[in-house]
Amino acid sequence: MMPDSFNFTAGIVFLGFFALVTIMGFLAARWKAGDLSQLHEWGLGGRQFGTLITWVLVGGDFYTAYTVIAVPALVYAVGAYGFFALPYTIIVYPFVFMVMPRLWKACHKNDHITGADFVQGVYGGKWFPAAIAITGIVATMPYIALQLVGMQVVIKSLGLPGEIPLIIAFLILAFYTYASGIRAPAMIAFVKDIMIYIVIIVAVCMIPSKLGGYANVFDAADQYFKAKGGATGLTLKPAQLLPYASLALGSALAAFMYPHTMTAILSSSSETTIRKNAILLPAYTFLLGLIALLGYMAIAAGVKVGSPTEIVPALFLKLFPSWFVGFAAAAIAISALVPAAIMSIGAANLFTRNLWKPLINSKITPQQEATNAKVVSLAVKFGALIFIVFLPTKFAIDLQLLGGVWILQTFPAIVFSLYTTRLKVPALFIGWLVGIICGTSLAFMQDLKPLYGLHIGDATYSMYIGLIALAINLVLTLGLSAVLPAPAAQSKAA
Amino acid sequence: MSDPSNVGTSQGSRSIFPRILLLIPFFALLWVPFYNDLQPPLFGFPFFYWYQLLWVPLTSLIIYIVFKWGK
Repeated sequence: MMPDSFNFTAGIVFLGFFALVTIMGFLAARWKAGDLSQLHEWGLGGRQFGTLITWVLVGGDFYTAYTVIAVPALVYAVGAYGFFALPYTIIVYPFVFMVMPRLWKACHKNDHITGADFVQGVYGGKWFPAAIAITGIVATMPYIALQLVGMQVVIKSLGLPGEIPLIIAFLILAFYTYASGIRAPAMIAFVKDIMIYIVIIVAVCMIPSKLGGYANVFDAADQYFKAKGGATGLTLKPAQLLPYASLALGSALAAFMYPHTMTAILSSSSETTIRKNAILLPAYTFLLGLIALLGYMAIAAGVKVGSPTEIVPALFLKLFPSWFVGFAAAAIAISALVPAAIMSIGAANLFTRNLWKPLINSKITPQQEATNAKVVSLAVKFGALIFIVFLPTKFAIDLQLLGGVWILQTFPAIVFSLYTTRLKVPALFIGWLVGIICGTSLAFMQDLKPLYGLHIGDATYSMYIGLIALAINLVLTLGLSAVLPAPAAQSKAA
Repeated sequence: MSDPSNVGTSQGSRSIFPRILLLIPFFALLWVPFYNDLQPPLFGFPFFYWYQLLWVPLTSLIIYIVFKWGK
């Protein structure tokens, strides 16, 4: 179904929008002008983003291009189970509403720009914050790589062969992020939002009418899964209930521990901005639910693909005129630029503030700090590019899964520390370490599947590994904090 | 950031009641057997799908109520 020659009309529309966004990315340096030689200006935009900018920024950052490609692909492949992204991105917002303003306040007061900064501020020392920082960086890298996968799929749908277009697109991204910092994705996110809303509204209105209505779409999907068999269908199999709920909960708890989401939250202007965003951000979740249904629409339209990830572009190619295919491809590719930029900025902030400065060069000046972060943001993106060009996509997907398990292990240190002073560093450290080791081992035992079957009595309960590891982590952190004597180091924090 | 218990004092003294409402979406969406069904459909959408989509605006509304209440 994917074309093998260049689709001229679609290609021109695509390139036009891409050029527009590139210009905006470089101009963004002058927007809400600040001194970009300072890390909090380059990396957090001077913490002045109001409700609307934060809304599009988190929206662009959290609902990524890979989501637009991967969620419908999973729904196309297995049905109802792929929908766990929906409860996940709903229940995350009561959590954001309660916890993130508190974190913002603590970070604002002390000029913290990362989660590891916050942990350092509470507990002092450098090794545990470094561990938190490394977890964030390692968890983010494959995520950036997956944004490239999203971009690769749509570029391919235009009939552009090879890796060259992907490399060019990424070079452009790398350089304007270097120049403009987080202002670039914040500005581009506006364009991306308008485009993606148009694409999805057109798609969810037009496609079902071409396919005879939603009832027909669901019927076609039902028939298809009945013929396909296995753990697929319009509703969940009994064995899928706990995996569905535990993936939704675990993903929701992990979501705002990632450096990119935390960076977007910390760059907002106030606690109230974050609270209002917890009310407004679910609008994107609604959109995501509709995007997920593209998987069923593809089934109803009889789209055939080599790999499920091609399902969205293939569906558009089949049902829409070339200019709209180009527009949709540009919307998805631009959706990849926003999170990729913020992820690299988040990782660069962590590296500079929590690894380089405390462990290598403590005399770094604020200017050097910003320069260092800019260079690291370039390095991180090139790393991701090399990853995608030279290694199979499966590595990035597997690593991203493990990344979710790992980032969840920073939850006690970041979230619990907002509410209690009783946790002790050795306890947090051991909990984190054992959580990561157990989570990683369980994942490898399952051939890098996210679920593990716990045997309790005669029954087997299959659950998200990240949550199992977090439970072990919490037991150790809370238990050891209760029994360990108060160390002298604790007084440093007081 | 020496004492995290200071961080939320502006909220800490208030009644916990409105914030309890924030737990409702967790129960509504994590108790999956409740909505794992095709019946009853709405506008062509099986129950499983419209129920979860419905919880998007409902969750916004609940957070909005807690936000207004807490002011």
